[in-house]
Amino acid sequence: MTPVLDVRALSKGFTMHHLGRNLGAFENVSFSVRPGEFLLLKGRNGAGKSTLLRTIYRSYLADAGQILFASDHGEIDLARAADVDVATLRQNEIGFVTQFLRPRPRVTAEALVAEPLRRAGVATGEALAEARHWLGTFGVKRDLWAAYPTTFSGGEQQKVNLAGALILPKKLQLLDEPTASLDTSARGALVRRLAELKAAGTAMIGVFHHAADVAELIDTELDLSPGAAPQEERDDVAV
Amino acid sequence: MTIALDAPRIVRTQPILQATGVSKSYGPVQALSDVSAEVYPGEVLGIVGESGSGKSTFLRCLNLEETPDRGAYTLDLPDVQGNLFELDRYARRMLCATRIGIVYQNPHQGLLMKHSSSGNVAERLLVAGERRFAVLREKAREALDASEFPLDRMDAPPVELSGGMQQRVQLAKAIALEPALLLLDEPTTGLDVSVQALVLDTLKRLQQERRITMIIVSHDLGVIRTLSDRVMVMRQGRVVEQGLADQIFQDPQHAYTQQLVHAKL
Repeated sequence: MTPVLDVRALSKGFTMHHLGRNLGAFENVSFSVRPGEFLLLKGRNGAGKSTLLRTIYRSYLADAGQILFASDHGEIDLARAADVDVATLRQNEIGFVTQFLRPRPRVTAEALVAEPLRRAGVATGEALAEARHWLGTFGVKRDLWAAYPTTFSGGEQQKVNLAGALILPKKLQLLDEPTASLDTSARGALVRRLAELKAAGTAMIGVFHHAADVAELIDTELDLSPGAAPQEERDDVAV
Repeated sequence: MTIALDAPRIVRTQPILQATGVSKSYGPVQALSDVSAEVYPGEVLGIVGESGSGKSTFLRCLNLEETPDRGAYTLDLPDVQGNLFELDRYARRMLCATRIGIVYQNPHQGLLMKHSSSGNVAERLLVAGERRFAVLREKAREALDASEFPLDRMDAPPVELSGGMQQRVQLAKAIALEPALLLLDEPTTGLDVSVQALVLDTLKRLQQERRITMIIVSHDLGVIRTLSDRVMVMRQGRVVEQGLADQIFQDPQHAYTQQLVHAKL
């Protein structure tokens, strides 16, 4: 099967002008991900796991290498794609789940979760119904659906965040520690949703502090620690 | 060193706005040096920079209030052709009234403070040729409502209104003719934080519901981040860097942008 994402010799560092130096994040990283494959990024703190996710999503600009993505519009190198092309891909094909919700003043939880559907052209009523379904699935109390998440606790905000981020299936889903600050039942709901998306063909690349949370989903692992072996298949489930 | 970006391949539509090589000096002061920008339909471009960076001058050029010394400006709209900087005064006025809306930081610049709020909005429609009183009133009412202005006050003059309300009247006037382009010059600067949040929310809602193409100028990074898809950073009349909003804030490349982003509270 042709990969959804083919990363070749990717390097990233940060030029800190006020320090007058360049901080390397990762160098010469290569791997690929097929449809429905779940790749776990490993390595100690500072190995560049989150940085790699953000470079693929283009929140960070790459220094060298290629990030070849098999989009609906043909293959495109995310390391070089125009900003407007990346913005379009983010709406329809590439998702990024972080640990943090960015609530906006005066926007209700259900409206926030429904937003990706609204942007995709789904009618308001239908989008809200779907949003409420996912808020319920992730365990957000019914009373809170029409409330403003700016006032929610960290855990509740994260459930709203997940409901919105995973409402539309994407071709490639990036996951940056989405299980942090989740209770057991919400974690269960997340793993079920990810399994469902994976079965439907979404490729996933994830960073998890406790990889045991998603052990059943992992197909391959990539260790970003300097000197580690390249990407390896795994068929055991132990973590 | 980062990789240079390609031209758009997936987005096949033309930019709705293209400004190239815009330069302007006031005597010895070079306010704009070779500034270029492109905005795609439905996009929000944020322009940040400190006072004196040229960001407001650039916006005034795009609103055809200011004529640059050099540069070209095109809008990809039916019946709009050529370099807009070369239009005569009458053509400029018509184009601005019918296709471009603007909200200024200072409501005195955009409104007649002693005329009624509904009259201020209707004036825009009058310039565009509408003469039927009932239509004028209804359209003004609709625009004020969309800007979340309390309609029981639509006949009050802006001078009697709060700062947040005055900005809503400006916004209503700007969107009354459903412009192809909405320009916002520090639209929330000087407002209380809570009022600022409400005005920002209105702008965001209008953008999402109507897909209005916007350019917003602000020195407030929070405002820019909330509204913009892409961000352009200006300093001393030049563009120092541009990119996707999250990239500019998370991985700024230029020394000046790094300083700006790190100075944010």
